Amino acid sequence: MVIGLTQYLVVAAVLFTIGVLGIILNRKNIIIILMSVELILLSVNINLVAFSTFLQDLTGQVFALFILTVAAAEAAIGLAILVTYYRNRGSIAVEDVNMMKG
Amino acid sequence: MYVAIVFLPLLGFLIAGLFGRQLGARPSEIVTTGLLMISALLSWIAFSQVALGSAPMSVPVISDWIVSGAVKIDWALRVDSLTAVMLVVVTTVSALVHLYSIGYMHEDPARQRFFAYLSLFTFAMLMLVTADNLVQMFFGWEGVGLASYLLIGFWYEKPSANAAAIKAFVVNRVGDFGFSLGIFLVFALTNSVAFDAVFAAAPGVAGKQIHVFGMNVDGWTITCLLLFMGAMGKSAQFLLHTWLPDAMEGPTPVSALIHAATMVTAGVFMVARLSPLFELAPVALSVVTVVGAITALFAATVGLVQNDIKRVIAYSTCSQLGYMFVAIGVGGYAMGIFHLFTHAFFKALLFLGAGSVIHAMHHEQDMRNMGGLAKHIPATFWMMTIGTFALTGFPLTAGFFSKDAIIEAAYAAQRPGAVFAFLCVVVAAGLTSFYSWRLVFMTFFGEARWGKNAHAHGHDDHAHAAHGHDDHHGHGHAHTPHESPAVMMIPLVVLSVGALFAGLAFKEFFIGANYGEFWKKSLFLAPGNNILDAAHHVPGWVAMAPFVMMSLGFLVSAYVYVLRPGTADRWAKANPLLYKFLLNKWYVDELYDFLFVRPAFWLGRLFWKGGDGRIIDGMGPDGIAARVVDVTNRVVRVQSGYVYHYAFAMLIGVAAFITWYLVGGVR
Amino acid sequence: MTVAAAFFYLFSTVMIASAFMVIAARNPVHSVLFLILAFFNAAGLFLLLGAEFLAMLIVVVYVGAVAVLFLFVVMMLDVDFAELKQGFLQYLPIGALIGAIVLIELVLVVGSWSFAADKVAAVSPAASNVTNTAALGRILYTDYIYLFQASGLVLLTAMIGAIVLTLHHRPNVKRQDLAKQAARTPEEAIEIRKVPSRQGV
Repeated sequence: MVIGLTQYLVVAAVLFTIGVLGIILNRKNIIIILMSVELILLSVNINLVAFSTFLQDLTGQVFALFILTVAAAEAAIGLAILVTYYRNRGSIAVEDVNMMKG
Repeated sequence: MYVAIVFLPLLGFLIAGLFGRQLGARPSEIVTTGLLMISALLSWIAFSQVALGSAPMSVPVISDWIVSGAVKIDWALRVDSLTAVMLVVVTTVSALVHLYSIGYMHEDPARQRFFAYLSLFTFAMLMLVTADNLVQMFFGWEGVGLASYLLIGFWYEKPSANAAAIKAFVVNRVGDFGFSLGIFLVFALTNSVAFDAVFAAAPGVAGKQIHVFGMNVDGWTITCLLLFMGAMGKSAQFLLHTWLPDAMEGPTPVSALIHAATMVTAGVFMVARLSPLFELAPVALSVVTVVGAITALFAATVGLVQNDIKRVIAYSTCSQLGYMFVAIGVGGYAMGIFHLFTHAFFKALLFLGAGSVIHAMHHEQDMRNMGGLAKHIPATFWMMTIGTFALTGFPLTAGFFSKDAIIEAAYAAQRPGAVFAFLCVVVAAGLTSFYSWRLVFMTFFGEARWGKNAHAHGHDDHAHAAHGHDDHHGHGHAHTPHESPAVMMIPLVVLSVGALFAGLAFKEFFIGANYGEFWKKSLFLAPGNNILDAAHHVPGWVAMAPFVMMSLGFLVSAYVYVLRPGTADRWAKANPLLYKFLLNKWYVDELYDFLFVRPAFWLGRLFWKGGDGRIIDGMGPDGIAARVVDVTNRVVRVQSGYVYHYAFAMLIGVAAFITWYLVGGVR
Repeated sequence: MTVAAAFFYLFSTVMIASAFMVIAARNPVHSVLFLILAFFNAAGLFLLLGAEFLAMLIVVVYVGAVAVLFLFVVMMLDVDFAELKQGFLQYLPIGALIGAIVLIELVLVVGSWSFAADKVAAVSPAASNVTNTAALGRILYTDYIYLFQASGLVLLTAMIGAIVLTLHHRPNVKRQDLAKQAARTPEEAIEIRKVPSRQGV
């Protein structure tokens, strides 16, 4: 069948859902959360590029480029925070991250 | 001058009350006592002017004090002979009590407050007796009630004192309720509350029937009955008497001033002042007579067996007030006031003397722990003996003239209830003599029962015998009673002079030949009322009866307590029921506790815990607060601290949002 | 089926499967490796879409930098093998439900969009004279210059942030302080002592 825009968008949607599920179903450690965020950003990128190709407009790709940049920066900072947190608390198990419990 | 008489005590109260702590105790004492002495001196001057001299007058102080619709009340001082007599009584006794208290309250740290209260009381009482209208009198009435509460509960750390003060106030309140209703009825009948206007309008409204409490009754009768209810409360007549013995919780000078000479006589004064109204209500007067007679007899029987020296005198006061009301009830207003006048002297003397005994015994009040004091405190002994002579009506003392006049009047009266009253007062005279001499014998004669207790717990007390002066806790110590200081004895001497000679000196003025010029218009006698005349013409045996009863009482008391000591205990053991009945005051207090106090407490607790606590607080602040806490405790669990829980919540929100718009968009 | 379609299905299937394994794997190192696989497949998809510059960028940046960074951190933090905890199963139903709802809605949004017939045509890269890279370059440094600089600043900030957060001064390490070195005076540096002969200091 013809691979049209719809298929790409569906693929991106599924990827997005998996990323979200990774955040909320995760019981292991925080790195999984960060990786799930990367998946989400990846799905957004796919979406953008698919539309860019579909609309024959390079703006989508430029945007995907910027998102890539920001995702990389955010991953770096996220991991730095994680490292600092680990140094202070000694654990990155998700259950132990509940100091904001009210 | 009259303004000064009335307001100097108020000034004393303000100075001692507001600045007592800065001034210190001794200056407060001196200021208040000094001002009272000036007031007393002016009162005697006023007495000589008004009673023995010029015509009554009214000194306006504030006009248009209350103006509301048809009610127009001024504030004025009414000074006529009745007022002048009362002024003299009140200020003299108050001044002497102030002087006495300087000695009696000598160790008390709060004595500025005491003197302030004494002056406040005097002011209120003076307002009462100089009132020109019923509302003003009610102000003074309530003022003395308040001062009585403050003074009875002076030692407020003692729970029994607090309870007694509240009891006095509440029982008085019951009477005041009747009094207020009476005032309203007076206004309803005559459209005014000022005495002049009421007295002028009264005969015109006599015989009018009014519809009240669901019945048609004679206007003045019901009014006077209600007014008398107030007098019953204030003057501790039977049924509203329960507060008077408990009022002995206050310091002895208070008992002397308030519960002997002045406050309790306010009721008598009020009825006498309203004599024009009472003369129009013979039924009310009969009620007064009967109630007075019952009180006289009842109080005398209870006083026979009391062991606290002050309570004996308190019941004696209650009984004598009954006498005064008997006199008034048979129409002899002047006799009632005359007895009030003489009674003030000897009863205050007895109370202050008892205070001297208590002071000597270091605050021991139980007569069973006294005895044999005559040789240790002879001056006090002679003062008490003089007082007892006067109270029992020994010939030529003050009590002789006033009390015998009442007994004769009771015989001579033709009204319903007079016969019953006569029997009661005669019997009560004998009982009065018995218990008065019992007090003297138990306290001053016989073996010294206070010495025994000290030897019984030998060790410490003996060691302290040398410096026993510092021990001030109640029981019998190994310490000889000593005479009171001069500042306490001087008032006793002054009062004893009055107790001995006041009757003789003033008899003619009060109830004798000079009646008319003395009283002028202040006491009203209805046209058919010739009781004063009739009282002088009673048979011989009636005139001798009081003397006979007095002697009987004296002899029996001497037999029981001096010649054959122990007889009283044997009699008490032989008649345990009767003894208990009298000792427990005819169980009236227990009856009231059952009938009124417990239901009132139950009702109060119901409203407090159930109404206020559960309903109002429960639905209001407490309930809302508790519910808020409940709900928030549940809501708090949402904030688990886990970020992914929060992300999940966000996701649910997003899903819901999208669902909403999708489904909404379809429609 | 055309080759392009086959490759599309291949890439997307593997990518979705490896994305699922990222969150389901027990060993965190496996998770990272699966993430790398997902990235590779995404790059493949981008190639199919004709965005070759972006595809290579993904390989270089995502895989080469970000995923490697993840790997470093995973290994450094000594993350222990967490067994699949009980809680996972507890949340699975509701989580799966919500996930399914979101997915269905996303697809519905996509599907309910009425396509004109000609738009369903195969998406193929536009033929043009310049390469994708050159085309990107043409608009990136001209129209989007500000955004470009801004993203550079973002990267700078991220770098500084990461250093600030994780820099850990060891206590007893010797360091150079250039300013202090340059500001040394002879009085601090040299001490002249008179030494008697044949005797040493």
